[in-house]
Amino acid sequence: MRGEARFRGIVAEFDDPTKFVEAAKNVKERGYRRFDAYSPYPIKDLFSIVPGRNPVAPIVFLGGITGSATAWIMQYYIAAIDYPINVGGRPLYSWPAFIPILFELTVLFAAFAAFFGTLALCGFPRLNYPTFELSEFVRASSDRFFLYIESLDPIYDEETTPGLLRELGPTGVWRIEAP
Amino acid sequence: MTVEERQRHTARELDPDNPLPVITGGNTFETVSEQISSIVLTRKVPLFWWCMFGIGVMLLGVFGIAVSYLLGKGVGIWGVNVPVAWGFAITNFVWWIGIGHAGTLISAILLLLNQAWRNSINRFAEAMTLFAVACAGMFPLFHLGRPWLFYWLLPYPNNMTVQPQFRSPLVWDVFAVSTYALVSLLFWYLGMIPDLATLRDRSTGLKYAVYGMLSLGWRGSSNHWKWHQTACLLLAGLATPLVLSVHTVVSFDFTIAILPGWHSTIFPPYFVAGAIYSGFAMVLVLCIPLRAVYGLKNLITERHLNNCAKLMLATGLMLAYTYCIEPMNAWYSGDQYEIALVRNRAFGPQSWSYWVVILCNVLIPQALWFYKVRVNPKRLFAVSIVILYGMWLERFMIIITSLDRDYVPSSWSNFIATFWDNATLYGSVGLFITLFMLFVRFLPMISMTEVRELLPYSKPGGGTEK
Repeated sequence: MRGEARFRGIVAEFDDPTKFVEAAKNVKERGYRRFDAYSPYPIKDLFSIVPGRNPVAPIVFLGGITGSATAWIMQYYIAAIDYPINVGGRPLYSWPAFIPILFELTVLFAAFAAFFGTLALCGFPRLNYPTFELSEFVRASSDRFFLYIESLDPIYDEETTPGLLRELGPTGVWRIEAP
Repeated sequence: MTVEERQRHTARELDPDNPLPVITGGNTFETVSEQISSIVLTRKVPLFWWCMFGIGVMLLGVFGIAVSYLLGKGVGIWGVNVPVAWGFAITNFVWWIGIGHAGTLISAILLLLNQAWRNSINRFAEAMTLFAVACAGMFPLFHLGRPWLFYWLLPYPNNMTVQPQFRSPLVWDVFAVSTYALVSLLFWYLGMIPDLATLRDRSTGLKYAVYGMLSLGWRGSSNHWKWHQTACLLLAGLATPLVLSVHTVVSFDFTIAILPGWHSTIFPPYFVAGAIYSGFAMVLVLCIPLRAVYGLKNLITERHLNNCAKLMLATGLMLAYTYCIEPMNAWYSGDQYEIALVRNRAFGPQSWSYWVVILCNVLIPQALWFYKVRVNPKRLFAVSIVILYGMWLERFMIIITSLDRDYVPSSWSNFIATFWDNATLYGSVGLFITLFMLFVRFLPMISMTEVRELLPYSKPGGGTEK
């Protein structure tokens, strides 16, 4: 351990999804920007509350386009230039026969983009994270909901932030001091 | 009232008009996590698992011997020869890959159609897809004759001045099957990451380390969920045309050949319907024992059995329609070879296979019209086994009866399966059983995340204190 532990933030635990979403809304309305909400299953109401863009669809689209282009260029190059076979005088660039592979590679590349794009956006694999310091946080993957305000938030205050969280009806509030 | 009591209190049925609820019993978030994760983490491994795993491993041993002998001696150990060059290998390939299709239908098409009941059977159906495709993919490779040169199927820079012929459906098949396997794997794993995190958070020691690494550090952050959900939805959108395309391309292997009985435009929908039909039969064959042994009847309910049976009935009727259309097309074409083929199928030396197919795929499944069969696990299991056998025999019938009567009577022959044909088929069943049993033992077989979403209490503002 190097030096003193760096203060990371405040976590509040909730047991009710309704209260939890209300609390997240409240935190956002107070002007907090560096906060996150953790739940054991996706809660769609939170997606517009917690700040963050959603670039997954464009990533997948780019993946798909790359796949189509790869398939088309590969088949054209191999069938018409690199290894031309004359089958009964049929055209070398017989594009209708290229469609099945074009489709398959479009789907394949788009799926790779969806999978690896999502992992990259999430920053995975990342096995450590400040919230994991809290032993209660294991329930975030089962039956509890957690709200986390980072100490780096511009309007974070040693007095008012924990106070605000306590007002929102949590089952517990903790400080996280990760190394 | 404690929060758990409140959750139980509000765990009403999602759809009060349907007499069969999607999930039953007073489930809470915690009971769902506990019920599913304990199968992997804490509960004693049932005798059923050891028995099935033992059978699987024994058959896998048979597979190992059969494949070793095949690699040593070549495809001559099978009953294949000209003109019946396809035999069991391609029958098994089409059968296995067809079985996979129900898993993708459940995970992708039913997701897009917003069918909530799919949530509890989704995970193991996807696993079934993956293992069925693994079994399927091996057969065309073994059938190559020199399987160790399988990479010649792929376009890659080489010094042989040879490249794949992209105008051949056999090359399309290489791309279709490998894409299907990879996309199914990615979809399955991406969907499982949150559940692996649940297992991580409920375990210690080595299990903690392994599930921790597999879950990649998932913590359930709202943004992560947002990206994860979008990615899953888009993967479902990609897998939907994919699942229809794979068996279509498989059917192209047949239809592009100008062989009577194969050269037909009805083959793509015929094959897709048959694939989903046999796939749902396999889903039921797997889930009926699992729900009984592992006490999952509250999550995999009679609603699931009923819905799967209905889908089986619908696709079975599509199949019956194509069985009727085939002789009609032959007669209407006026082509003497097509007509001779139909007569050979129904009354030739292999006619037993035709009539057993009609019995297994058309006549017996009509029992599914009855509600009492659809919600009775034993009867449904029996019908599903019959359908699985019937669908294997259908592919056998299509392949053998089209090939054994060539255009020139002097080259006619009969296909006789050898011991090694059967050993490879049953061996591949062993591979499937082994992989599936390992999945049941070490991974969550029902998606905890998606079952949590089924609880009415999970919706903010829904099902709060009365």
